[in-house]
Order: sequence, then structure tokens, then C-alpha cells
Amino acid sequence: MSERAPAAILGPGNIGTDLMMKLLRSERLSLELMAGIDPASPGLARAAAHGVAASPDGVEAILARDDVRIVFDATSARAHHANAPVLEEAGKVVVDLTPAARGPYVVPTVNLDEHLGEPNVNLITCGGQATIPMVHAVARVATVSYAEIVATIASASAGPGTRQNIDEFTQTTARAIERVGGVPDAKAIIILNPASPPLLMRDTVFARVSDGDADAIRESVRAMAADIAAYVPGYRLLLCDVVDDIVTVMVEIEGAGDFLPTYAGNLDIMTAAAAQVGERLAARILAGAAA
Amino acid sequence: MSVQIVDSSLRDGMHSVAHQFTPAQMAQVARALDRAGVGTIEVAHGDGLGGSSIQYGVAASSDLDYLAAVAPELERASLAVLLLPGIGTLAQVKEAQAAGARTARIATHCTEADIAQQHISWCREHGMRTIGFLMMSHMLAPADLAVQAALMESYGAEVVYAVDSAGALLPDGAAERVQALRQQLDCEIGFHAHNNLGCAVGNSLAAVDAGATWIDGSLRGLGAGAGNAQLEVLCAALDRAGHATGVDVFALSDAAEDVMAPLMRRPQIVDRTALALGYAGVYSSFLLHTERAAERFGVDARDVLIELGARKMVGGQEDMIIDVAAELAGRTG
Repeated sequence: MSERAPAAILGPGNIGTDLMMKLLRSERLSLELMAGIDPASPGLARAAAHGVAASPDGVEAILARDDVRIVFDATSARAHHANAPVLEEAGKVVVDLTPAARGPYVVPTVNLDEHLGEPNVNLITCGGQATIPMVHAVARVATVSYAEIVATIASASAGPGTRQNIDEFTQTTARAIERVGGVPDAKAIIILNPASPPLLMRDTVFARVSDGDADAIRESVRAMAADIAAYVPGYRLLLCDVVDDIVTVMVEIEGAGDFLPTYAGNLDIMTAAAAQVGERLAARILAGAAA
Repeated sequence: MSVQIVDSSLRDGMHSVAHQFTPAQMAQVARALDRAGVGTIEVAHGDGLGGSSIQYGVAASSDLDYLAAVAPELERASLAVLLLPGIGTLAQVKEAQAAGARTARIATHCTEADIAQQHISWCREHGMRTIGFLMMSHMLAPADLAVQAALMESYGAEVVYAVDSAGALLPDGAAERVQALRQQLDCEIGFHAHNNLGCAVGNSLAAVDAGATWIDGSLRGLGAGAGNAQLEVLCAALDRAGHATGVDVFALSDAAEDVMAPLMRRPQIVDRTALALGYAGVYSSFLLHTERAAERFGVDARDVLIELGARKMVGGQEDMIIDVAAELAGRTG
């Protein structure tokens, strides 16, 4: 009997492949299947080359595997809306890396415990994963009336989905800052920088506070950066400054380079968050099986 | 040739006053511009709709309050708004249209036109005069700029601008970019200048000679960095060059002197920091933010700007000013 929870990835694109590389290192998850819809997809070939079963039959291939308990969806929001109901009906837990936001917004270091029992969890956006922990880090030791984040990513790391729906990024991120970060009002800004060689992902968090001790805020932010770095090794805190009623936090994210280039820290933090959620779900499933 | 004049005093000019114009002040300026015959008047936060933020500066009023104050003052001019996708959203353009905006300018960094597809298409389909705005165009070779401009035209833009956001172009560079767009596109071409190297009016004249038919300026040159092309000067020069603008130069220079000058908070000149913007090729809106950061961290604003230019920062990255200033002061890491 396996000591690891069987999992599958739907969507063998760049994100799906990067996630595959992370899951192959897991001690709690066993990646059983990579499913796509194009038999000629290089992602399916990459999976096969790594010894992972690969199928072009999409969600049907996953439904045919009763053993698979956890499904990572790295397709698109539209495809997710079609796939998620059938996967959930089949009793599989879905970790959603698309902007579909069917399930609750989840940030591993902030609210994962609250949502481990849900059939579907959503990972918001890369900007959300990078900044919401810092909003929360300030909000847990001070009263935050407004938070604002600026996510700057390398143009080369912004795919067509992000480019065609850039409003979706800013609106979803802002809503998630409010809901998960726990602040009444938020704004999100995204900037694409085409510099060559590409820049690492940069994020700035501004929080307007009405109380709180500057040292306590700095300590909370430092502790949060360490918690994130435990699963995103390239997450670095550059600055935490408190001037008057404004807290400024700056971070830089260097990707692990599992499949995607290291400048794509924005994509790395998404796949790392997905893997982290998967680990926790697997632990829960394995504990349930043992009980 | 006939040239369409767009006034930017109440949008780009907002940078000069740290986004603190009141709706009543905007109404007063817009009325004078409209009566002088300016065809299009742009109103918004300096960074466009939704720009009011800690990152760019919190405006004195909301974009909708500004539009509501200006719209009833206009008898002839088209009320315009600016949107930078990634900062504001299409929802805010829709609200602006409901508040009276009839022209939409959709701006991206010069290499990123495809992030504006949904916004440009929507504006064109919903009856707004739709203008694409390619910022920091000094960073891109003319032929490559034309490829991006063609994308904006394909989405529905009726005019595409080469925008010299850093005021880093000289007249030949401005003309080359307009010519490249002229050759590649069927739609009209515009040019938006900044005066950091003292070339704003000259670059605009060169752009018109190269085929641009839409030109921006602002009263007294109000705008980010050393400001835009000084509108009353620009219109007089275009007139002398034989181009019809439909603008009454004396009425415009009265508006500059009697209406705008009393509202200004600082002289709109090429001071040492503004000069460094053009010299380093840095986004003009960084001016006041850089001065503040330089003071906060005890470093020279020019050193900060040169470093930002070396790092190839683009418009909207005001947070990197803090980062660079802190780093120069040995405060990060």
C-alpha cells in the first residue's frame, strides 16, 4: 500500500510542467498522471520522459483513475469551470491555479487550515500569493485601513492569458487582499517590465495603519518572510519601513528554476503554493486513511 | 496641414501639483481651454483613471468628481480620459463614459500593446474616440515601435501616439518614430512630448513635419518632469509653421497667464532633477517621488535617477525609487 497520496495534474503547459517537477520531489504526494488535450503537447512528452503517465484525454483520463485523490488544475479559467464540477462529483479535491475562483481563495501561510476540507481551493494570482502574506503580517499586529500592492513581473513571464485579462489580475488580487489579508479596502497594480535580461519578480506592499508598533510590524513581517521562504526558497524581504502611518514592504522573488526560468518568480510562487497546498491535503488524506 | 490639439494640463499637469487640483479649479481651466478652441481636454489623475494611490499619490478628489465638474463646462471640446491597464480597469472607463468622457486614451509601455486589447476594442465598439498611447517610446527602435502601434490599430485605435514619457528624444528621434508609424499604419499618428531636454515644442514640430496630426500640450507646459510641450507656445509655433490648429493663440495665452499661472505650485522649469530624467531616460512622473525619496534617505536625486535608468525601469514603477534610494543609502538587504 502506498504511503503517498495519488495526484494528477491537468494542463501540461509551462506551469503544469514546473509543478510536476516540484511534485516529483514530494514525500507525501505521488504524481500518477499528467493530462492534457493535445496528443502532440510537449508537456505530455516531458511528463512521460520523467516517468509520469501522460494522457491526451483531459479530464476523462483523470476520472478514469479512481485512485487519484488530488487534482491540480493548471489550464484556464474557462476550462476550470467545465472541469471542476465533474472532478468534485468524483470526490477529488481540486487545487485551482487558474483565475476561475470557484473555491475559496487560499494563501498557504495565511488561511490554508480553514479551507483544507473544501472540494476546491483557488490560488488567486501570483501577485496575491506574493503580497497577501505581507498584508496579513501587518494586519495581525496593527489595524490596517487600506492596503495596496504593486507587482512587477518580467514581460517574458506574462503569458497570453494574463495579457488578455489584465483587469482580472488587478480585480481578483484586490478582492483577495481584502478577504484573505483581512483589510477593508485594497488596490492592486501590475506592471510588466520588458528589460533584457529579464528582471526578477518584485512586489511592494503599502499598508495604511492607524495603530501598531513599528518594531512589532517589522518583526511580524520578517517572520512571515521566513515562513514563505520555507516553501519558496527565492522569496527575499528587501525592505520593511514604517514612516508615519504608512508601512512599506518590498520583496523580490527568484524562481527555483525547476522548469521555468529563475526570473519567473511570479510563476514559481504559484506552483510552489500549489505544491504546498497539495502536501497539506495529502497529509490530511493519509491521516484519514490511517484512522 | 490640420493638427488636432489635445490639452493635458488637467491630467499630465496633475503630476506638477501632486494630483491636488480641485474639481472647481479643473472646471475653470477646462472652460478657458474650451473657449480658446482646444479640441480635446484630458482629465484624470496623472497616472490615469484609478491612479490615485499610495504608489502614485492620492488625488484631492475622485476621477468621477473631476469629470462631473468639467463635463458641463465644455461647449465644443471632447472630454478625454487616460487609462493605463494594470493600474486602472475598463470598469473605470465605463464609469467615465457615463460621466461624459467621449475620448479614451489607452496607454501601455511601448513593448506591451497587447495588454490593451480588451480596453481599446471596448472603447471603439462603444462609440468613444479611441486613442492608443505607447509610452517610453525612446526605449524602442522606430520599426519595433511601429509593430506595437499596428497592434493597437488592429484592436480599434483611431489614433496611435508615440509618447516621449521620459523627455529623452531629440527632434530626429521623434520624427523617425512618427515616420515609422506613418509608414506602417493607416490610422492617424500622434505625439506627446516632455521637456526634460528642452525639446518639447521642437520635437512636436518635427513630429508634425513627419506626419503626426495629433499633438499634446499643456498650459504653461504643466506636466510630469519638466512638463509637456507648452500649449500656448506650441499653438503659436504651429500657426507660424503654417498648420491649422483651430485654436485662438491669444485666448490660450490668456488662459495660461490668468487661469493656470495662479494655480501652479512650483515653476515648470528644467531644473537639475528634471534634466536628469531626460538625460537618464526615466519616466517623467518619477520627479517629485524621487525628490521625496532622496530627502528621506539622504541621497542625491540625480544618482537615484541614473540608477533607475540603468535598471531600465518603466512607467509606473515608482516603488523602485524607494528601493534604489534605500539601496544607495545602504538601507536594504
